[in-house]
Amino acid sequence: MSAALARLAALLAKEARQLLRDPRMRFFLVVPPLFQLVVFGYAATFEVRHAEVGVVDLARSEGSRALVAALGAGGRFRLHVYRGRAEAAGALVRGEVRAVVVFPHDFARRPRVQVLADGSDSNSALLVLGQAGRLLRTAWAARAGAAPPLAVEERPWFNQALEDRWFFVPGVIANVVLITVLVLTAMAVVREREGGTLEQLLVAPVGRLELVLGKLLPVAAVGLADVALIVAVGVGLFGIPFRGEPLELLAGTLLFLLSAQGLGLLVSTWSATQRQALLLSFLVIMPLVVLSGFAFPIENMPGPAQALTWANPLRYYLVVVRGAFLKGTGLADHPFELGMMAALGAAAVAASLARLR
Amino acid sequence: MGLEARSGTAPLLVARGLVRRFGSFTAVAGVDLELAAGEVFGLLGANGAGKTTTIRMLCGTLAPTAGSIVLDGIDVVRRPRAARARLGYAAQRFSLYGDLTVGENLGLYAGLYGLRGAARRARVRWALEALGLAPWAGTPAARLPPGHRRRLALAAAVLHRPRVLFLDEPTSGVDPLARQRLWELLYRLAGEGAAILVTTHHMEEALFCDRLALMHEGRVIAAGAPDDLRARVPAGTVLELEGAGDGGVRARLAARPEVAEVVPRAGRLRVRLRPGADPAAARAALAPLVAPARLVPAEPDFEDVFVALLAARGEAAA
Repeated sequence: MSAALARLAALLAKEARQLLRDPRMRFFLVVPPLFQLVVFGYAATFEVRHAEVGVVDLARSEGSRALVAALGAGGRFRLHVYRGRAEAAGALVRGEVRAVVVFPHDFARRPRVQVLADGSDSNSALLVLGQAGRLLRTAWAARAGAAPPLAVEERPWFNQALEDRWFFVPGVIANVVLITVLVLTAMAVVREREGGTLEQLLVAPVGRLELVLGKLLPVAAVGLADVALIVAVGVGLFGIPFRGEPLELLAGTLLFLLSAQGLGLLVSTWSATQRQALLLSFLVIMPLVVLSGFAFPIENMPGPAQALTWANPLRYYLVVVRGAFLKGTGLADHPFELGMMAALGAAAVAASLARLR
Repeated sequence: MGLEARSGTAPLLVARGLVRRFGSFTAVAGVDLELAAGEVFGLLGANGAGKTTTIRMLCGTLAPTAGSIVLDGIDVVRRPRAARARLGYAAQRFSLYGDLTVGENLGLYAGLYGLRGAARRARVRWALEALGLAPWAGTPAARLPPGHRRRLALAAAVLHRPRVLFLDEPTSGVDPLARQRLWELLYRLAGEGAAILVTTHHMEEALFCDRLALMHEGRVIAAGAPDDLRARVPAGTVLELEGAGDGGVRARLAARPEVAEVVPRAGRLRVRLRPGADPAAARAALAPLVAPARLVPAEPDFEDVFVALLAARGEAAA
């Protein structure tokens, strides 16, 4: 046993040297996590701010003027006034505005408002329509001095201000770990085969388990370092609360590392060159991210897609990470998610070992 | 017929009836080998003759389709890992890490072969000295000249004092001086009691081996000491034309019924007579074409051996 440990130590030392010496590997260690953090921390948001919105006030009544003023207040919309529908429609076609609010001639008699949105970007159309509609209804009710038809008190738990950053940054941890670890694992294994160095390793009295662990452990250490880096930046720079148990995050991360590395090993069994491994990795990563709930809610997916998410370790890790950050969950709260990641990881590793034979 | 190891020593490696098929292709079609301690054994053959496949089976990295291998008393087919601790292997292609230094590569393999601490350092130092690599210890392997890379591969293969050493084309791509040094080292290791199996397709290099097996299409077609093998070419059936013969002479010679082929060799023409041809009669018959004094019997080399053996086989089949 101690002989096996000594061999493993020799392999680990060699692997660590290579990881740190290869510029391509160093790039993979640092750049993807920082890049994703910046993109999702600063740029990615569902919020509507300063949206360009056109206004066509054909009524020119006191009521319509009050509503236009309400739309312009608060900074959500930047208003552009047009004289007629045709002019406003042109602006919508050219993409100068995302939506147009039209007050018809007979607005004073029959208060109806039309909101036209640019559906070619369905996501932002939906957001603008919803927010403009809500703003108009509230302002109208307030002006009439009446209470809205039904008073709804909205209180989003865990993220009171509905900061998108709070939603995205914990997800970035999961994404970064998946990409970094899967690609590095696949490349590390394929590099040995492509370079012919595996042939020499296999002639030494080294066990298969030692070889596989020698590949997996250094990459797992990289994954853990990435998690620590993003947690530190997320909490320190973006002010995202970490309310749960660090131990839960650690356990979830270790099990997710197992499943992501298992997939990396599996990818390596189908790749003869590092280039193939990279391509195949991203072919695997794309659907994993889309079908995980990272950006798109799983409940909104069609049935077959929802079924696929059950086999996606990223799905479970996201639940654990978001729980640990925002909901303040602990180790005991996610036995199912942790169990599924362990099972998927074990299955992937077993499948690759069978294929490597 | 010379396949058995030299008498008086128990063989270190015994392979019987080795067969390896890849799908419908048979790469090795029944090979028997025996290697004794202190022996340098050559596996000679063209590319694709099955040499590398044979070596990989002997090393335990490729399971034979059929046959048995016993190395230093260990069944290689059943217990390949135990066998690997007692064998060393240097592949045809450089298979160490180009991004690690010479010293780091050797340190890694010393560790993998179970050497630790002071023993590990001492052995790495020994290998660096023995192969003249000490000045290169801190150089990344990728930046070594090809000959030095070969030496590094050999150093990694002998760190753990293997009983049997397998070297696949150890001298390919190496300059003559480095090749000489490599052979000197092989003799030294053999002198210390190792059995060494070398593959080569350099016919002249085969002369350096104690015994040889000639491989063709997955089979050993002949085996024995170099001189015994050369003796299997019938005397006088390989001739050499002294002085540069012009293209016309070559064509006219080749057209004669008693001539099998004419190949240029080192500024001369080598004339191989058809098997069964009577050398004296043939020379007389060729006299009108070239002066008999210029056409002299030549020392057969292993290419001639191959040609003669394959021709004989062809006749047997026909």
